[in-house]
Amino acid sequence: MTKLRHMKKSTRTSFFTYGLVIVAFLIIQILRGTVGIGSLLEGQLIPICAYIVMAVSLNLVVGISGELSLGHAGFMSVGAFAGCAMANGLQNLVPSEPLRLVIAILFGALMAALAGFLIGIPVLRLNGDYLAIVTLAFGEIIKTILTNLYIGVDANGLQASFVNDTTDLAEGGIALIKGPMGVSNTSARISTFVAGFILVMVALIVVFNLVNSRAGRAIMATRDNRIAAESVGISVTKYKLMAFTVSAALAGAAGTLYGCSQITFSANKFDFNTSILILVFVVLGGLGNMWGSVIAATALTILPEALRQFSDYRMLVYAIVLILVMLATNSPAIRSFFLRIVRGGRNEDGPSRSAKKEAAK
Amino acid sequence: MDFSSLLLGLLDNLIRGLSLGSVYAIIALGYTMVYGIAKMLNFAHGDVIMVGAYVCFFAISTYGLPPVIGILLSMVVCTALGIVIERLAYKPLRQAPSLAVLITAIGVSYFLQNAAQLLWTSSPKVFPSVVPKGNLTLFDGQLSISYLTIVTIVVCVIIMLVLTFFTNSTKMGKAMRACSEDKGAAQLMGIDVNATISITFAIGSALAAVAGVLLCSAYPSLTPTTGSMPGIKAFTAAVFGGIGSIPGALLGGLLLGIIEIFAGSYISTQLSNAIVFGVLIIVLLVKPAGLLGKKIREKV
Repeated sequence: MTKLRHMKKSTRTSFFTYGLVIVAFLIIQILRGTVGIGSLLEGQLIPICAYIVMAVSLNLVVGISGELSLGHAGFMSVGAFAGCAMANGLQNLVPSEPLRLVIAILFGALMAALAGFLIGIPVLRLNGDYLAIVTLAFGEIIKTILTNLYIGVDANGLQASFVNDTTDLAEGGIALIKGPMGVSNTSARISTFVAGFILVMVALIVVFNLVNSRAGRAIMATRDNRIAAESVGISVTKYKLMAFTVSAALAGAAGTLYGCSQITFSANKFDFNTSILILVFVVLGGLGNMWGSVIAATALTILPEALRQFSDYRMLVYAIVLILVMLATNSPAIRSFFLRIVRGGRNEDGPSRSAKKEAAK
Repeated sequence: MDFSSLLLGLLDNLIRGLSLGSVYAIIALGYTMVYGIAKMLNFAHGDVIMVGAYVCFFAISTYGLPPVIGILLSMVVCTALGIVIERLAYKPLRQAPSLAVLITAIGVSYFLQNAAQLLWTSSPKVFPSVVPKGNLTLFDGQLSISYLTIVTIVVCVIIMLVLTFFTNSTKMGKAMRACSEDKGAAQLMGIDVNATISITFAIGSALAAVAGVLLCSAYPSLTPTTGSMPGIKAFTAAVFGGIGSIPGALLGGLLLGIIEIFAGSYISTQLSNAIVFGVLIIVLLVKPAGLLGKKIREKV
């Protein structure tokens, strides 16, 4: 216990987050082994893991690097398509399912990282809302390209075509990507909850170690004050690109994990709304706060399912909850109202937090 | 294909592009005005379009009202809706970080879409055109332009002229420009900032109603998600032209419409969206603040 107190705050936060995920994983595994957790939640386990990784990786861009990205689902899409195409293509060569999943996830992450790197070079020259709109645009472009891409593999090798399906596969060939039809997982769905848990842990370790390193401090410096960071010799483009690429790679891995848990999926699954959904996780969990992202992603993935009893009203309730939470956490008037209740009718002493913020400006 | 028919084809596409672009421009005006004054991306704007279209649809189809009354009614409803949304959801967050406001706007957008789905179901409604069907034929029938296309372009031009007059010459318009430049200074000069922001939302939402009716007259299938994609495109158009700038929204909207139609006709319909966004990216890389946006110098 004393050792824990002597730790640095950043180390304590990261250990708390690891502990949180491990305990949650163990509880769910024990419940699954004994009483069961119900088919609804069972089906949500892998998507929850994928969304946690998405939220953590987007938090790296939005919270740590300070750039609003509205196209994060695009990288998930690249990872899902590349990874699952790889998994389906390798099903005869690599019989072991876990090994195939690892190769698929690595390939998905690699392709997404490549996409992130290529997109990041032009995008990161912009800032603010212009950067946001360009990431949105790239997300839509990725969606359109993947919707029009046809790739198949047969004895003669890899065949690809664009817009019109001209792949002519020989007997025994596999159509890996089928344009608007997306990817069908011909082999069994190879993603497992354990794999999801490991991926979440890997993502957290990568992000925490990046954030608490020299590079991470440089990234945060460019976020806090670009000009000051440049003046002490930090290459803004290099560090922003680093955050963006790492984030894209993790999103790609999450995409592969998600894709390999589905029977079939198309590029439309990863549209603007998915990007927004993940941004909601990040903002609700708190910018730069990784365990907040983990909890928000989990809660908001389960919430619509838990609200099934309201059937038609569930998405309406979800929207209202979202608005109310944002109002409650951000409006000075409503926050002081809550504080007054908590403190038993006493008015809060000293200027409120928002007033202090104003004064700091 | 000989030269004259090629030219006529170009002209036909240009007019169709201008018509689609006019709708985008009208929506983009709402985005850009709200952004200029409240510095927020109002993602619910696209769904206000949808509400406007539904109101007009029910006024015309169910209650048999004349189209003009339907449009006016939908403008009134959307104006009220815009003011209510601003009061309930955005006003408490005036001092909050911009991301919190963005997420709230997304929440409002979800709310409107799902409320519409509950009230009016998700089955598509066939929208009756508010403009008499028919074509204006030119060049011995080689080129035909539908009345709707002409009306759309004319409406856009009128809205642009009125708005320009409003922002440049009226007291309210001046107050709006003052608020968008410096809210604190505007308040010191005796301008009611909250009322001005409400009026901006009201105007933006009324324009959204007009855009919704015109959009659904051209593409008559009306569902609760009708507004999303045009909303995103118009948002793109606003950024394209330089967000916060009213002439920029017009230019951005028109260019976006023309590029979309041309890309669809001459390259590929499936890829037209990707081409539109690709052009946007290239423009922003060359002019990082949009076509008519002001470049703000950073001070150290």
